Amino acid sequence: MSTTTTLTPSAPTPDTTPPNRPPRAARQTWRRALRRDWQLYSLAVLPLLFFLIFRYLPMLGNVIAFRRFQPGGNIFGEYWVGLRYFKMFLNDPTFWNVFTNTLVLGALTLLFCFPLPIVLALLLNEVRARKLKRFVQSVSYLPHFLSIVIVAAIVMQLLSMDGTVNQLVRAAGGEAIPFLQRPEWFRTIYVSSEVWQTVGWGTILYLAALTTIDEDLYEAARIDGASRWRQTWHVTLPGIRPTMVTLLILNIGTFMAVGFEKILLLYNPLTYPTADVLSTYLFRMGFTSSNFSYAAAIGLFEAVIGLILVLSANHIARRTVGTSLW
Amino acid sequence: MVTVDAAERPTETVRRSQRRGIQETRGYRAFRVVNGIILTLVVVVTLYPFVNIVARSMSHESYIISGQVNLVPRGFTLDTYQLLMSDSMFWTNYRNTVFYTVTATVISIVMTTCYAYVLSKKQLKGRSALVGIAVFTMFFTGGLIPNYVLVTSLGLKNSVWAIALPNAINVFNLLVMKAFFESLPTELEEAAAVDGLNTYGILLRIVLPLSKAIVATMVLFYAVAFWNSWFAAFLYMDRQELWPVTIYLRNLIAGATGAENVGAITEADEVQAEATLKAVTIVLTTLPILLVYPFIQRYFVRGIMLGAVKG
Repeated sequence: MSTTTTLTPSAPTPDTTPPNRPPRAARQTWRRALRRDWQLYSLAVLPLLFFLIFRYLPMLGNVIAFRRFQPGGNIFGEYWVGLRYFKMFLNDPTFWNVFTNTLVLGALTLLFCFPLPIVLALLLNEVRARKLKRFVQSVSYLPHFLSIVIVAAIVMQLLSMDGTVNQLVRAAGGEAIPFLQRPEWFRTIYVSSEVWQTVGWGTILYLAALTTIDEDLYEAARIDGASRWRQTWHVTLPGIRPTMVTLLILNIGTFMAVGFEKILLLYNPLTYPTADVLSTYLFRMGFTSSNFSYAAAIGLFEAVIGLILVLSANHIARRTVGTSLW
Repeated sequence: MVTVDAAERPTETVRRSQRRGIQETRGYRAFRVVNGIILTLVVVVTLYPFVNIVARSMSHESYIISGQVNLVPRGFTLDTYQLLMSDSMFWTNYRNTVFYTVTATVISIVMTTCYAYVLSKKQLKGRSALVGIAVFTMFFTGGLIPNYVLVTSLGLKNSVWAIALPNAINVFNLLVMKAFFESLPTELEEAAAVDGLNTYGILLRIVLPLSKAIVATMVLFYAVAFWNSWFAAFLYMDRQELWPVTIYLRNLIAGATGAENVGAITEADEVQAEATLKAVTIVLTTLPILLVYPFIQRYFVRGIMLGAVKG
């Protein structure tokens, strides 16, 4: 591409260069590349098929959000219905409740699961005994390796009427609470289990970034009379800022998708008022009510908002702190 | 500026920083005590649920129901372990998990390696488009419903392909591997090419032998993900004998249909051991991960860091 653009201005004589020369030149370089590297390209064929079939075809499959779909019929739907399904969910009071829940859970997750790994990494960084540090790290990574099903099962055991949490409640003189049946408890349960599972693992990148900070900077700060706290504030935090920004953008990217699988495992009709989110709602619309088009419309809405969030977060980050994903 | 200053008057700065160092240790020592307490709490909070579940799994049902089990088993019994282990469906589902994990991991490794190798060739024409095709799917996906419609209409339901194919390439893993291949010296490959080895030969005989560590890491990344997965099977597997063990656990915990035969066993043996049974199932599904965890952990950490360098 770059060669064709440099060719055009360097050949100003109109009679010798026909107007279709740049495309032909491009085609020729492509032909040469294919002849030279066809074996490399052949390695990309299966992976490309994977992306086309299992990633891009479903994106096109979203047309069923604008078309009437019948299970067992055409996978792209039967006939156009325009924005009918979008109007339907915009007028659906449940949708707005579910939308609010998604935003609240997403915001709470971001509020806790983004900064806590930074704090833990900073605390770990102050541990001098190497073996102790490694032990704490190993333990804190462990929950990351568990299946969500196991995490949900453990949460249910701890919160059951005879579980540890209710033992504590009773010991404090209270009445046992069926936590998982109470909508007012769901957000706390969701966010704390999310913290339990992700905080330790989240420290890895920060700990790696912390080791790259130049020791001389601390030395200089110390000579300038900076206390430990000020050193952390003025040297450590700026040192890990690129990592923080990158992870923040990635976190924002999953904002709309909030732990769908975990909510599906932990919620029940009693906790729908706070637990039901866009993805679980569309799951039920699709698989319980068999309204695929309606569910696809909600899914498309969710995916587009997610994409917009990532793109704008990335854009803002590049403008303000000069770090971005691309 | 500061370093110059320090170089000019070394003795004074040393004394100054020493003095400050001594002053700091007082406040800092207090901080370290607090830090120690916080980190101990982190360890306790992380490990407690595991200890609790193990204790429940070895306790007699009556102690669990009356809320008396926390750290140590009460009314110690291993009968429930025997009960679960005698359930043939549990073992069928366990075998399914192993089979799905192995098949899906092999496919994923081949696909990811091939594509990552292609993407690592910086001079390749169209490379940025190939990268873009992959990276875009990290931030925008077709969504649940179109995926379901696709997998169903391809006739993949009730087969291992429904689990393996839709998740064949994880883009994060792909980028990790690409970064690794890019870090390899190109001289060896060039020499091999001069010796007449074609691209496939170079990949198989030169590049892969140099990449054992990253391939091992990738195998672990994929294997753990497939081992833990449940949702694909939940969507696409209609029959109990096709389920992975995660669905077995899910149904038992959710008290949903599917765990009838376990219920039947409990009734037949006249052991009302539902709470213990749940704990035992959790222990037996978690155990393999816990056993390999100490050995695989460092590979994971290394892989994550490699991905971070060029994410």
